[in-house]
Amino acid sequence: MKSVLGDRKAIMLLLTPALLVYTLIILIPVLWSFGLTFFTGNVLTGFEFNGIENFTRLLTDPYVHDAFWFTLKYAVIVTLFQVVLGYGLAMLYQFVLRRSSVIVRTLVFFPVVLPTVAIAILYQKLFQSAPTDGLVNELLVNVGLSSVDWLGAGDTAFIVIVIMDVWRSVGFYGVLIFSGLLDIPEDIIESARIDGAKTFSLFRYIVLPMSLPILFASFIFSINGTIKVFDSVFALTGGGPGNSTTPLTLYMYRTAFQFSDFGYGSTIALLLTVMCLIVTLFIFKSSRRDNTV
Amino acid sequence: MTATLDTTAVHTPRAFEPHRRTPGAVALHVLRRIPTWLTITFLIIVTAYPLFWMVINSFKSNADFLSNPSYAMPDEWHWENYAIAWETGNLATTITNSLIVTVPSLVFIVLLGTAAGFALEVLVFKGRGTILLLFLAGIMIPGQMVILPLFNAFFQSGLNGTYWPMILIYTAGGLPLTVFMMATYFRAIPREIFEAATIDGASMTRAFFSIGFPMMRNAILTVAIVQFFLIWNDLLIALIFGGKKSLNTIQVGLLNFSGEYGAINYGPLFAAICITVFGILVLYLFLNQRIMKGLAAGAVKG
Repeated sequence: MKSVLGDRKAIMLLLTPALLVYTLIILIPVLWSFGLTFFTGNVLTGFEFNGIENFTRLLTDPYVHDAFWFTLKYAVIVTLFQVVLGYGLAMLYQFVLRRSSVIVRTLVFFPVVLPTVAIAILYQKLFQSAPTDGLVNELLVNVGLSSVDWLGAGDTAFIVIVIMDVWRSVGFYGVLIFSGLLDIPEDIIESARIDGAKTFSLFRYIVLPMSLPILFASFIFSINGTIKVFDSVFALTGGGPGNSTTPLTLYMYRTAFQFSDFGYGSTIALLLTVMCLIVTLFIFKSSRRDNTV
Repeated sequence: MTATLDTTAVHTPRAFEPHRRTPGAVALHVLRRIPTWLTITFLIIVTAYPLFWMVINSFKSNADFLSNPSYAMPDEWHWENYAIAWETGNLATTITNSLIVTVPSLVFIVLLGTAAGFALEVLVFKGRGTILLLFLAGIMIPGQMVILPLFNAFFQSGLNGTYWPMILIYTAGGLPLTVFMMATYFRAIPREIFEAATIDGASMTRAFFSIGFPMMRNAILTVAIVQFFLIWNDLLIALIFGGKKSLNTIQVGLLNFSGEYGAINYGPLFAAICITVFGILVLYLFLNQRIMKGLAAGAVKG
């Protein structure tokens, strides 16, 4: 039977189209992009070889430092919120609401599928301070506080970005972790309860250890996504005010398409790729270690 | 939440038995439910209120929005905001453009991805593990890493300014996850089914199209839903390759509308966002369970 499953013609016919498209559009460009890091210029002016200058520039560029730290700060904070709040939601669905959780799940998940630009514009207006206060400032004024120019300063703009991105994604992590909690056999929890386990110890010794795999998966997925943040920041603040909310992705976009330096843009993209790779490998390794213990 | 955890989890199935309880037990039960209800109320307000706020503001005149509190209902309902948004925002064009790039990409992703998943999981040949890994690596690569060389290549070949760059990049970008998910789904199907087909005289290619592909109907729908949202909501590729006005996708169009026109015309801007959101809402109400499962499956496998 091996010969049937080894049908050469079928393998060629079924595999080649996908492999060809993938190779031409992803694999070769990745290598090409790596090659571009040794050049400067763009498609209109032509490219010029400049050795490792892009890399030395990358190390000393203050904008890259700012963007790098912004990306890291954003990724860590948003990932924590996404996974912790998502875990809380999942526990609510699984242990408190149980079968009646469908409606809440459906509602809280809805922002996940909305176009980012629509959400970002909505949040611009929610947090607006001029020419007229948005909803958030109206609430602040009504409780006796003063209106804040949220998007006018880097620190407060960062808060808005975090709130918005957590708002639009937490329903997803709720459902993701919930689907992991569903795998915990009910009789284990039941028997632990009969053995006298209280709510907290039940959580500490049964639920938490058994949901570690899905938590690690969520962490990997979340941090991988947040390191690549582009849409929401671009549409909400455009990286401003100044460069205070510019992640690496946006700085790379600007370098390539506003300052027309494709070579340096590729170098920043490479830094981004390496970050994704390190994070994934790191979490993958630590989750492995945990599973074997 | 912690207090209610013991009560509800023990009573399976949760039955209504109020007549058996003493009034004290009922009061205690209600008391224990309070934190849960507060949490749920909070969740509903936080999720739904911004969307409701957006809808009521889409009906206001500019004067109304600027002079009254934004949480107040409109003085007058300005339905024409929607007509203005539709016209000025070129929504007909941007929605058409989004469909023109999304639909072919989805068809290509499903066809090529399912075929490759089948070849890599069911068929036997040297190097298939390596090729699967190669596809898998693509899940981690950020879009930023490939757009610059592709911009060059498409520019040289004269394809920039057409829909092709977007369709090709979305297709290739969707393949890693799709191939991997399809391979996983095919793993659950016994190979004997396909071998039996060949005894009846079908080639393996024929077996794929007549048996494998139809058997994957549900999986294909799941994959298509996941990819639909990834492509429909993409901004980066659409901005770079669909930045020309005639090629604007709905996301790029909305972004431009907000910058050029919406900065001073609140009603139509809110109306434009509402139109963008409404189509997705309808789709979501029809498919929400499957969308949730599909996106979650995509994430864990990715």
